[in-house]
Amino acid sequence: MLSNFVELDRVSLRYGDEDGTLALHGTSLAVERGEFVAIVGPSGCGKSSLMKVVTGLWPPSSGSVKVDGKNVIAPLSCVGMAFQNPTLLPWRSTLANVMLPLEIVKPHSSRLFRNRAEYETKARELLHLVGLEGFDHSLPWQLSGGMQQRAQLCRALIHEPLLLMLDEPFGALDMFTREELWVTLQDLWMARRPTVILVTHDLREAAFLADRVLVMSTRPGRVVAERKIDHPRPRTPTSMFSAESGAIIQELRGRIGASRTAL
Amino acid sequence: MSVIQVAETLEASPIRRRQSLFLKKSVRHSLPWLVIGLLFLLWEIAVRTFAIPEFVLPAPSAIFAAAWEFRAGILDNAWQTLFTTVIGFVIAIVFGVVGGVAIGSSPLVYQGFYPALIGFNSIPKVAIVPILVIWFGVGTIPAIITAFLISFFPILVNVATGIATLEPELRDVLRALGASRFKVITKVGLPRAMPYFFASLKIAVTVAFIGSIVSETVAANRGIGHLMLVASARFEVPLAFAALLVTGAMGVGMYAIAGAFERHMTGWAVRGINGVGLTPQG
Repeated sequence: MLSNFVELDRVSLRYGDEDGTLALHGTSLAVERGEFVAIVGPSGCGKSSLMKVVTGLWPPSSGSVKVDGKNVIAPLSCVGMAFQNPTLLPWRSTLANVMLPLEIVKPHSSRLFRNRAEYETKARELLHLVGLEGFDHSLPWQLSGGMQQRAQLCRALIHEPLLLMLDEPFGALDMFTREELWVTLQDLWMARRPTVILVTHDLREAAFLADRVLVMSTRPGRVVAERKIDHPRPRTPTSMFSAESGAIIQELRGRIGASRTAL
Repeated sequence: MSVIQVAETLEASPIRRRQSLFLKKSVRHSLPWLVIGLLFLLWEIAVRTFAIPEFVLPAPSAIFAAAWEFRAGILDNAWQTLFTTVIGFVIAIVFGVVGGVAIGSSPLVYQGFYPALIGFNSIPKVAIVPILVIWFGVGTIPAIITAFLISFFPILVNVATGIATLEPELRDVLRALGASRFKVITKVGLPRAMPYFFASLKIAVTVAFIGSIVSETVAANRGIGHLMLVASARFEVPLAFAALLVTGAMGVGMYAIAGAFERHMTGWAVRGINGVGLTPQG
């Protein structure tokens, strides 16, 4: 069995003072090293708060968060993040945007100046993998929404993070682009095997990508159900339309519905 | 105006006509001169038809004549004013950017300093000049300080705004990589604040002239402000107007320099400036 890479033990998170919003309440979960976990739930259930707690951007109000066996007390540096809005820096070219983490994360930032060519090749390879070759020097506004999300994925992966946190990264895209990017993300994940936590409200996306789907309740969020998905990889969009995955999605939908009416 | 009328007699569709006219570089570049020339022409005609006495409103022809006659004195005084303005302005940039970063990136500094800064900025700078004269004597230094005091506030406020309005997601991206506060400011905060900064430079550089000239009017032996004071005391109104024109020209010149820097540094913020106007999405 693989060891747990991310472990949350009865974590609560309250924004602001005592009568602030209680976003998470007694949330416990464990993610194995190299596992792909999707978290689904009704909107406003504290999925994004969970991301912040795991990455150390917000300290939890109570409970403990462990990543790679260590307590999280400050923002982690081994994390790659991607958000729903493509957060590329508008003054940087695609290539410079992808290389941003290398300027900050420790072993790379000191090596970058002397080994720039080597790192640039690496960044170009990543861009090629997601189908963005030839757009190295384009500015973000010159790319379409889907292309910006691809670039954002590259940026999240360039420093080879052990943990990839994806906060509805494909939420704002049309269905075809989304399905394309699912396949791309699966390829990237299979090649490098980082631990992935994907927050989404798209059940098909969760069923397609994840090894395990966790269902959260409405606020304050708690994990109320989980579903293993053993479908063999690589999965394809056509395999998504099988009766089996349809049943999984129906089941997840039922559980989310139950978690909403339970409160 | 006449140019547009000429264009409308052409045969192309109205929209295309306007666009191609706008794009024609020579027309675009000569338009400002055309407007200025037209204003001077109207002014000249008005003065002549209503026979306005020269000590009330001199005609442009008289102003240009005076400017030519006293060119040595005007240049000397203009140089002094430009010098004090630029020095004060450069100091204002340094203090404005440093202060703006401090105030924009720390809510604590913002809470503590902002009210005091607002209070200070509402003090009319002309009221400070006599105090500066007591401290530093008459002349260059009060002018530099007044130019600095009046122009640093817009820079500070704009840089602070640019940094304080940083999208939380952008900050989180960097913080999740373990970036220090300093890195967050240099990698994201400052570049993002650049459009704000340059917008403020264009305001600051013009008000810096007001600062130095006000100071020269109150207490100085040289400078455009001093020249205007002397000229109006002697009822040489055309000379006073000539000094005003030179000041305006210097202001436009400095503004143009700031604008050129802006275009060079923050081209990313102005989409498709070389294309046809603004394009939504790419």
